[in-house]
Amino acid sequence: MTEPSYLRDTVLPQLPPPLVDRGIIKWIRENLFSGVLNTFLTLAGLAAVWWLLAASLPWFLHGVWDANSLGECRSIIAAEFGEGAQGACWAMLRERWHQFIFGFYPPEAYWRVGLAFVLLFVALAPVLFTEVPRLLLWGTVIYPALGYWLLWGGSIWGPVVAMAGFGLLALVFKLLRPLLGVPVAGGLGFVAAVLWWLFAQGPVAGLLAGVMPVGLVPVESDRFGGFLLSIVIGVTSIAASLPLGILLALGRRSDMFLVKTLSVAFIEFIRGVPLITMLFTASLLLQYFLPPGTSFDLILRVDILVTIFAAAYLAEVVRGGMAALPRGQYEAADALGLDYWSAERLIILPQALKISIPSIVSTFISLFKDTTLVSFVGLLDPLKGISTIVRADMAWKGVYWEPYLFVGAVFFVLCFSMSRYSMYLERKLKTDHK
Amino acid sequence: MKKSVFLGTLAVSGLLAGMAAAGTLDDVKARGILNCGSNNGLTGFAAPDANGNYQGFDAALCKAIAAAVLGDASKVKFVPLTGETRFTALASGEVDVLIRNSTWTFSRDTDLKFDFVAVNYYDGQGFMVKKELGVSSAKELDGATVCIQTGTTTELNLADFFKSNNMSYTPVTIADDSEGQRQYVAGACDAYTTDASGLAAVRATLPDAENHIILPEIISKEPLGPVVRHGDNNWGDIVRWTYYALVSAEENGITAANVEETASTTTNPEIKRLLGASDDNLGAMMGLDKEWAKRAIAAQGNYGEIFAANLGESTSIGLARGLNALWTQGGLQYAPPFR
Amino acid sequence: MAMASDAPKGGFRPSMLIYDTRYRAITIQVIVLILVLLCVSWLVHNTMVNLAAKDKDINFGFLWNRAGYDIDQQLIPYTNDSSHGRAAVVGLLNTLVVAGLACVLATVIGVFVGILRLSKNWLVGRLMTVYIEVFRNVPVLLWIFVAATILSETMPEPKDFKVTDAMIAAGQAPKAAMLFDGAVALTNRGTNIPAPLLSRPLGSLDLGLITLNFSFLAMLAVIIGSVLVHRLLLRRARAVQEATGVRPATWWKSLIVLVVPFVALLFALGFHLDYPVFKGFNFKGGINLAHSFTALLLALSLYSATYIAENVRAGVMAVSHGQTEAAFALGLRPSRTTRLIILPQALRVIVPPLISQYLSITKNTSLGIAVSYLDLRGTLGGITLNQTGRELECMLLMMLIYLIISLIISAVMNVYNSSVKLKER
Repeated sequence: MTEPSYLRDTVLPQLPPPLVDRGIIKWIRENLFSGVLNTFLTLAGLAAVWWLLAASLPWFLHGVWDANSLGECRSIIAAEFGEGAQGACWAMLRERWHQFIFGFYPPEAYWRVGLAFVLLFVALAPVLFTEVPRLLLWGTVIYPALGYWLLWGGSIWGPVVAMAGFGLLALVFKLLRPLLGVPVAGGLGFVAAVLWWLFAQGPVAGLLAGVMPVGLVPVESDRFGGFLLSIVIGVTSIAASLPLGILLALGRRSDMFLVKTLSVAFIEFIRGVPLITMLFTASLLLQYFLPPGTSFDLILRVDILVTIFAAAYLAEVVRGGMAALPRGQYEAADALGLDYWSAERLIILPQALKISIPSIVSTFISLFKDTTLVSFVGLLDPLKGISTIVRADMAWKGVYWEPYLFVGAVFFVLCFSMSRYSMYLERKLKTDHK
Repeated sequence: MKKSVFLGTLAVSGLLAGMAAAGTLDDVKARGILNCGSNNGLTGFAAPDANGNYQGFDAALCKAIAAAVLGDASKVKFVPLTGETRFTALASGEVDVLIRNSTWTFSRDTDLKFDFVAVNYYDGQGFMVKKELGVSSAKELDGATVCIQTGTTTELNLADFFKSNNMSYTPVTIADDSEGQRQYVAGACDAYTTDASGLAAVRATLPDAENHIILPEIISKEPLGPVVRHGDNNWGDIVRWTYYALVSAEENGITAANVEETASTTTNPEIKRLLGASDDNLGAMMGLDKEWAKRAIAAQGNYGEIFAANLGESTSIGLARGLNALWTQGGLQYAPPFR
Repeated sequence: MAMASDAPKGGFRPSMLIYDTRYRAITIQVIVLILVLLCVSWLVHNTMVNLAAKDKDINFGFLWNRAGYDIDQQLIPYTNDSSHGRAAVVGLLNTLVVAGLACVLATVIGVFVGILRLSKNWLVGRLMTVYIEVFRNVPVLLWIFVAATILSETMPEPKDFKVTDAMIAAGQAPKAAMLFDGAVALTNRGTNIPAPLLSRPLGSLDLGLITLNFSFLAMLAVIIGSVLVHRLLLRRARAVQEATGVRPATWWKSLIVLVVPFVALLFALGFHLDYPVFKGFNFKGGINLAHSFTALLLALSLYSATYIAENVRAGVMAVSHGQTEAAFALGLRPSRTTRLIILPQALRVIVPPLISQYLSITKNTSLGIAVSYLDLRGTLGGITLNQTGRELECMLLMMLIYLIISLIISAVMNVYNSSVKLKER
């Protein structure tokens, strides 16, 4: 045997993969150009991005922040970027941003809006996040009165006494329920609360205000505008429509023919007409349906109608949650000997509401977006109402894209974060059930 | 902010509503604030400024009425109304007076049960076109595309005008003034039609105003004025005569600056009556005090001053008085005697 | 719960109305009925008193009065001398046409985007995500404004289409050209498309509020007839398949039954297209679609398509891969697998939310108010209401019409849902 002339005693080092099969090139090839169709799609996508940027980027880059009128903006842009250059006039926002956010709310009271907004999250936390201590739920309960007082101002005793009406409702209900059952006790509690609001509210609040005057400078509802108005209408109507929606959902699933028929008719009627007709009803027709001479401000009327509108949608959401529960839950409740209301309160509703939260958030998002429609009945929503008054100013007449872009961006940030939260919740709830 | 507030407020407002059923004047006095239906943003006539205070020609009349009735020109709540909601808001009592460049027409006065108590601005519908179109008269607009606002009398006038001249047109309906301006500038229509005052305001803000002309034809009469409900004649009188007090003040040379001085020094018996400086108490005849007109004039000035400050040639809108000059100067503004 | 009650003992006591579960339901329903009746009569009473106080009545007579305004888009003949009622019908048809087209367009875009979002192409997937998130998190009202603005700002003016003798001599092309071989012109005033015309129409009958167009009715009748015959054909083929195991080829028969009669009818009626032509200052002939229509259509479609895309994605992902594998194991070809296994299961997830999306598209057409599109709300609930001051009548009528449209769509959804419902215990 001849000695081998060469013997490899070490393993060759691994060669790196070919250039087209590694790093960024591989990624590009696999993810962007893996076939004829994909190549075409990628190129089309790039073309669309390029076209969008080419159309809008110069306009953004030429933006002017420091001017007192649109004419001034135009001359600054013409001076800097040459005759005929187009550019954004953000100076309008610098002067009018507060109207887009707060409407005509008095500037010295902006802190109240901010505080109410922050407290809203504190109040919502125990509802939205399970990790938060349960004690905070009391904060949620008193928030309606607190938020109202912060935003509208006036004597603190008005909202407190109004809340006392709810306390009365709860008390009457609690005392009478063992004797008379849930529906009757609830009805009597409601009657007691209404009587309280009708006859005791004014004198008691007046008396307390006389004894201990605590109050903020009152702000009329017509000072509300912009995103403040959108959020107020959105939040109040969702919150107020939740109890109504639950009742309607229970009604729709009820065995009682009449209750079921009425609930279905109500829900289908409201869901069958566009929101804008409801708003026009608030603005044009409500005056016909109420006792002669009744008149209260448009924001409240719109809020009532939007609440009714939202209640029909929430009823369907809650019903969906109830339908998603396995039948066994109902049967188990019956087997335990629970009556209807105990079964609903202890077994069905807690589970159904929990799985409905993502849908409730979605309903809120679409309602919040739809609050822009209130401009068609003359309220100052940010998108059209405030934009119109800004454009009616001689200095800013002709400003077109800037208000829309600003309002659109704010809406996007708010709605996008809410929808992300809802998706997070959905994922969390899903793992709970598996 | 939740249910409690609705029900609470509902209950309270129900109570309030029960009390308030007397005349509008008593309502306004009891409320301490005048609810004035105004435009939700029309340059020169009514628009809120950066601080949220309404300014403009129509807004000034609201303030004058508040000054006359309540003694304070700032006691006005401006209720922004759209073209569609304005008359219902007035009919339902949501506003006490509607001063929203509304045209006085037969059917509104009779069928809709309103009273137009005066005409504070004589307007007319006109056309604006680009100069390059080579049109010098509205009669040459056959076949044109016309931008027109819906929900007003202008669309009816336009249809009538083209029909009576045997011409055809394509309407491009628009929702509001700023939309109309944009569409017109973009060339989506050959002509933009609205009240001549509105056209002037739009033209004033165009970057190339010299390339646009307002055609000489005024195709309609648009007497714009304050509106009140049928049936409360005393309130109608107050609005009407507050307005005439402003016109009369201009006739007599009384301005916001000299009204105090004039009241104490004048020897003209009519001025004395008007300003409450004589023994005649004109205000008492309609439920006001003696000095109502003095306050109304002091609030925003006389008619001429209001016009000059909001629409006149010194503003960027630059409207001439035209039909709205005093009758002594060839216009139509004429105040009946204060006697 | 009813099981809990024992057999009745003794006579009837009034307290049993509350405590006895057999009677309680009746008691509650009677109370509810009384409350509802009281509430309704209270509302009606208030309305009567308010109407009397305003010296008004409820009277729909105004629908027959002269309208006096023009509508730029009309599917049935209408002039400003027509009645308010007819204007309302024109508006209703405008609502329906924009709703119908938006549903179709939104479905097409939604399906495309939904599938593209599942694509392995990184860039395209991201772009589609951005599109979906941006469009669905901003009010649709804004998209309507944006669409209207882009259409009227970026399209060429009609005069750019003009070809003069001087330009021909110099060999210049006009600044803007028509699309699709001279059929469609996009200008900043609207979209000009060819108009379908009949040279031998069957005539029409004017019924005041609406016009009966016999040519249109004939086409409808032929289509319905063809579809019925086609169903018969399919049933016969299925019978043959079940009897013999061999399915006869039906596609060419279907084609003949569905297409030939309709084409023959069109030919008999003298169907032709009227192309828009640039004459003088503007386009003549064809149909001019106003930008208010196009903007509303585009904005609604793009907005709703994002929701449909998510539905489609969820539907496709809901069918587990095992289903496909099982179908292959049974020896089904891929096309049949898709048609018989995947689609029915995916559609069960996709269709119900799709139909509710159609419902909301239909309701959202009322946002045409933003661009003054004269739909039902623009005519009956807009100009007519404003000119006549009959807000109660106009609003009630308008809500009723919207309600009927919605109920029809819901009825379709319920029929579908019950036909595909999984049978559980």
